[in-house]
Amino acid sequence: MDLTYSPENEAFRQEARDWLDSHVPAEPLASFDTPEGFEAHRQWEHTLNEGGWAMVPWPKEYGGRGANLLEWLIFEEEYYRAGAPGRVNQNGIFLLGPTIMEYGSPEQKARFLPSMASSEEVWAQGWSEPNAGSDMANIQATAIADGDDYVINGQKTWASRGAYAHWLFGMFRTDPESSRHKGLTFVLVPLDTPGITVRPIEKINGKKAFAEVFFDDARVPMENRLGEEGQGWSVAMATAGFERGLMLRSPARFQNTARKLVDLYRSAVASGAFVDSTLRDTVARCFMDAEAYALNTYQTVSRLMAGDKIGAEASLNKIFWSELDIRMHEAALSLLDARAELKPNAPAAGDVDDWLDGYIFSLAGPIYAGTNEIQRNIIAERILGLPRK
Amino acid sequence: MEFTFSEDQQMLQEAVREFLAGECTPDVVRGLWDSETGRSPELWAQLAELGIPGLRVPEDDGGLGMDERDLVLVLEETGRAALAEPVIATAAVGVPLLTELREAGQAELAGRWLGAVASGKARLAVGHARSPFVADAHVADLLLLPDGDDLHAVEAASAGLTAQPSNDQSQRLFSVDWSPSAATRVAEGSEGAALQKAAFDRGALACAAQQLGVGQQLIDMGALYATQRQQFGVAIGSFQAVKHRLANAQVKVEYARAVVYRAAHSVATGQPERSVDVSMAKVGAGEAALFAAKEALQVHGAIGYTYEQDLHVWMKRAWSLDLAFGTGAWHRARVADAVIDGTEAVRAFGYCAPPN
Repeated sequence: MDLTYSPENEAFRQEARDWLDSHVPAEPLASFDTPEGFEAHRQWEHTLNEGGWAMVPWPKEYGGRGANLLEWLIFEEEYYRAGAPGRVNQNGIFLLGPTIMEYGSPEQKARFLPSMASSEEVWAQGWSEPNAGSDMANIQATAIADGDDYVINGQKTWASRGAYAHWLFGMFRTDPESSRHKGLTFVLVPLDTPGITVRPIEKINGKKAFAEVFFDDARVPMENRLGEEGQGWSVAMATAGFERGLMLRSPARFQNTARKLVDLYRSAVASGAFVDSTLRDTVARCFMDAEAYALNTYQTVSRLMAGDKIGAEASLNKIFWSELDIRMHEAALSLLDARAELKPNAPAAGDVDDWLDGYIFSLAGPIYAGTNEIQRNIIAERILGLPRK
Repeated sequence: MEFTFSEDQQMLQEAVREFLAGECTPDVVRGLWDSETGRSPELWAQLAELGIPGLRVPEDDGGLGMDERDLVLVLEETGRAALAEPVIATAAVGVPLLTELREAGQAELAGRWLGAVASGKARLAVGHARSPFVADAHVADLLLLPDGDDLHAVEAASAGLTAQPSNDQSQRLFSVDWSPSAATRVAEGSEGAALQKAAFDRGALACAAQQLGVGQQLIDMGALYATQRQQFGVAIGSFQAVKHRLANAQVKVEYARAVVYRAAHSVATGQPERSVDVSMAKVGAGEAALFAAKEALQVHGAIGYTYEQDLHVWMKRAWSLDLAFGTGAWHRARVADAVIDGTEAVRAFGYCAPPN
């Protein structure tokens, strides 16, 4: 056990820090769930890509930096330290991209990866349906072969980035007689295809974070199929493992929030504001939990780099960060006292920052990417060996 | 950056686990509860053969010359088996304290005792300022006791003991009546205070490591029971309400684990943030074990509440370890003071790490 960074790690960190320091926009961008914010974030992705920092963990042959998982953690630490913008195309770069590398044909790789890297094309996820949420295998939308096309019918919902994205990836039932995990196929769908209607859904803060997508005889060429017909479930599961989760929620994100929370606590005390006497303990616990998340992640990354496989442990991870994120934002809102209600543009907002928006976003954490109830079932059944029925 | 244990470290852990599974069964532990000392000279001799008391003893003194990174997995196993022997006081705290005392000019003292500990002939007890009691003073040949900032080495014959019966029968606590003198004093002033703090931190780290084993054992007992016990015609472990209790406990234990290992690394390598790292470990592992105790009891239902069932052997360990070497609450406050007021060095792991 050696918990120090090598000179190469430090050089990588310094290189990332230098680049970010000279490129990160001074002012925060508008939310990428607004039309102007979406475009501003695409522009930022373009800048990142020009600098060679858009797809840090992608292999060099696909235009990435070829970073290992440890370097990814370091990059993320620097990314959050620099206060850089959210990743508008994370569904593409971190979920679909590696899946295309694993399952895609050479033509598909050439067609989709470069435009994904530059965010010329932004991707939405199309997993859930009205009757396939936690019960994902209950997918009913069909993609029926007809000549060289699939004809798609049905509905997807809660498609993250769906309101503004150009493409959607998801699973469709290519065998209408099939059920559950069988007969599903992974298809890449251009959202401007005739027969597709995208209806944005506003989340509780009024922003268009996701969308319903209706398919009415929408024809998509068969060459947009990823992997074999009927193998959609396996392809989809490859996008859901620990490493992909790490790409979406690396520890620096939470350590950064914890650091901001400590600062907020200190300034609340210094200003003589009312500070609930339990908050000191809460703030310290949040700091400790963010540390625990980072340490656990570094340990897991070390194991992966040493050749170990990670299975159901990823479920522990999802529960831990999502619930920590809520606790941190709740504590921050308590510290803001009466100002916790204020939008950042309110004249008396002061240092309310984006805590309120962050809180609202954190509440989605235990729901998306597999509810925490489902994760607890997975832990109980696959780690602790409790019976399914 | 290698946050993994070596093959040797894992083999040692495995060896200790196998040994304790055979020799430190719940029946053995409970049998010792009823004995006068609560301690087994035979078990201690076998542990010495495995090298446990002398794990931190330098090789020149007949020990294994290892550090906290090796010891932490061993301690985890002693927690898992609810081993009652004075491993923490002797191997995790007393031995490193003696080696540090050697560097502080007490070569004769260290030379005399370290070899005896490694061979299994001598046991140590260590007092600290956070508790008026000294664990396992009754079987210790040498007691290392604080008097203000000073540190004293007191041989068993010079210490008067009053037993303080406690809830965890695996634990033996004593008030010690002794007289500090120039003859017993082995360190003083700021040096004595620094040695005391280092010893205290090592004790807290050792408790945290044992708590990992205790917590996991409680979860595993709960999972086993939930798989076997049937109600409404099915195993109760098939109910989500039961599953989620144990899953929640597993999340807590899992997220304490790396924190404890990091603290072991910090102590072994003398990081400036080691005290706060240790406190985080004590809080994380302690709360995980206490939580696992509650959930495992609820999963067991009434049978878990009986003296006959073994669950309380580990529940009581969870409770007593949480109080040993600084309560969980005290360590939480130490972290808060460090993080918020900067009373001690603290660093976020990885995040904005300064260059080496």
